[in-house]
Amino acid sequence: MRVRHFGVAIAALAVATMGVTGCGAKKAGSVVDKAKDQKKLTIGVKFDQPSIGLKKPDGTVEGFDVDVAKYIAGKLGVQEKNITWKETISANRETFLKNGTDDLVIASYSITQARLPLVTFGGPYLVPHQDILVRANDTSIKTFADLKGKRVCQVAGSNSWKNLTEGTNKFNQKVAIKLVPANAYEECITKLKGGSLDAVSTDSTILAGYAAREGSSVKVDNVPFTDEKYGVGIKKGDVKTCNAVNKAITDMYSDGTAKKLIDKWFTPEGLQFDTTKPPAFQGCS
Amino acid sequence: MNLHALLDFGPLQQNFGTVLKAFWGTIRLALLSGIGSLILGTVLAAMRVSPTPVLRGAGALYIYVFRNTPLTLVLLFCSLGLSDTLHLQISHDPSTNGFWLATIGMTIYTASFVCESLRAGINTVPLGQAEAARSIGLTFTQSLRLVVLPQAFRTVIAPLGSVFIAMIKNTTVALAAGYFEASAEMKQMFDTYGGTIPIFLGFAIGFMVLTLPTGFFFGWLSKRLAVAR
Repeated sequence: MRVRHFGVAIAALAVATMGVTGCGAKKAGSVVDKAKDQKKLTIGVKFDQPSIGLKKPDGTVEGFDVDVAKYIAGKLGVQEKNITWKETISANRETFLKNGTDDLVIASYSITQARLPLVTFGGPYLVPHQDILVRANDTSIKTFADLKGKRVCQVAGSNSWKNLTEGTNKFNQKVAIKLVPANAYEECITKLKGGSLDAVSTDSTILAGYAAREGSSVKVDNVPFTDEKYGVGIKKGDVKTCNAVNKAITDMYSDGTAKKLIDKWFTPEGLQFDTTKPPAFQGCS
Repeated sequence: MNLHALLDFGPLQQNFGTVLKAFWGTIRLALLSGIGSLILGTVLAAMRVSPTPVLRGAGALYIYVFRNTPLTLVLLFCSLGLSDTLHLQISHDPSTNGFWLATIGMTIYTASFVCESLRAGINTVPLGQAEAARSIGLTFTQSLRLVVLPQAFRTVIAPLGSVFIAMIKNTTVALAAGYFEASAEMKQMFDTYGGTIPIFLGFAIGFMVLTLPTGFFFGWLSKRLAVAR
């Protein structure tokens, strides 16, 4: 008897869940339509990444991603003051898109094979490369191959170290490095300066931010070996929004805004990007 | 958001080998820390009941310090303090070094709990037995080793089981000491697939596979070896 009741309860719960989620999906619709109707958007950005997405003590956010988000929102008909900024970390980007917490995610979000089945990507709007950060007085690591046998930071929750150990780089080479686990890139920088590791390797945009902050104690090698395609995360299947976002990115490059933003955020840090045309788009699906 | 997305265990299946390897890291750390803390905890308990005031004081001080410090701080001290600042290098390979640092930190921390459990066990052994042991000419160490501790251990097997279960779960902060175990692998998967419920469930089940048998084993052992008084 008890077993049967339990089964009925489970079935009822399942039906209820399906009903709720079904309705939810219908109501959500496309983000473009939402922008047009409500003139409001919630955009997920990083709050802790200098030059990309950083929340300042006064509560405002700034960075390249933030400026790109403002531009795209503007093209979708949403004014800057009507954008709600939502902190979005690596672990919740997919979830926030899936359940509609974020309408768009612009948070140094690399387009990868593993993420493509989960998210529709607009863009990429910028293609930085993975690079190597070393101590300024260290002359033993100048190229990708020099990393062999060196101690490299392994941040739990970042895939950059896998590009080295699993050969997903432009040389298609696995390099035998000694991994030093750490919680965050901030911790890597401390360990690098303290001498308990030899190199930090991740996106040039992130490394450049640290290099600028640390001054002359560390340097970026400037030997790019991957293409990190920063895309605009959109709920899976929202092709209409994806096309609109791609159009906005094309406009951003053709009207000179892209050059202005790159000059503002990355040129002072010594990073260079092609500002004449947008990167090749991923394609909406 | 639909049922399919809620129950998609695909990421766990695709990365099964990596996940197993990460749990093997957890098991190695837990086993070694368990053995280490059992030894250190017994020594500490002996110190705390010894007739020498200096030893008693030192034992008490150790317990006060490490039982009341968060494990994350102990592990961070092992990594940033011992290894990075004082340059204590146990191995030239950083991940092996991280493993030993994590083991040291976990052992130091867990030993204080093992000691206090054991001391509770020692208190259940009637005082007359220790007196009888001394009166037949056994030294303090001999009476502890031959009479008191065997009975004390048998009384506290179940509480020790709880201490070890807590320790297995505590390994999830070992990343602070620079060691990559199961919870670090979970964070890694969050980066690729997002923090989805199946990944949480998978890792929770993985930990239960380790902790449940530990609990059953200690429960069985405590019944089997119970002291009949």
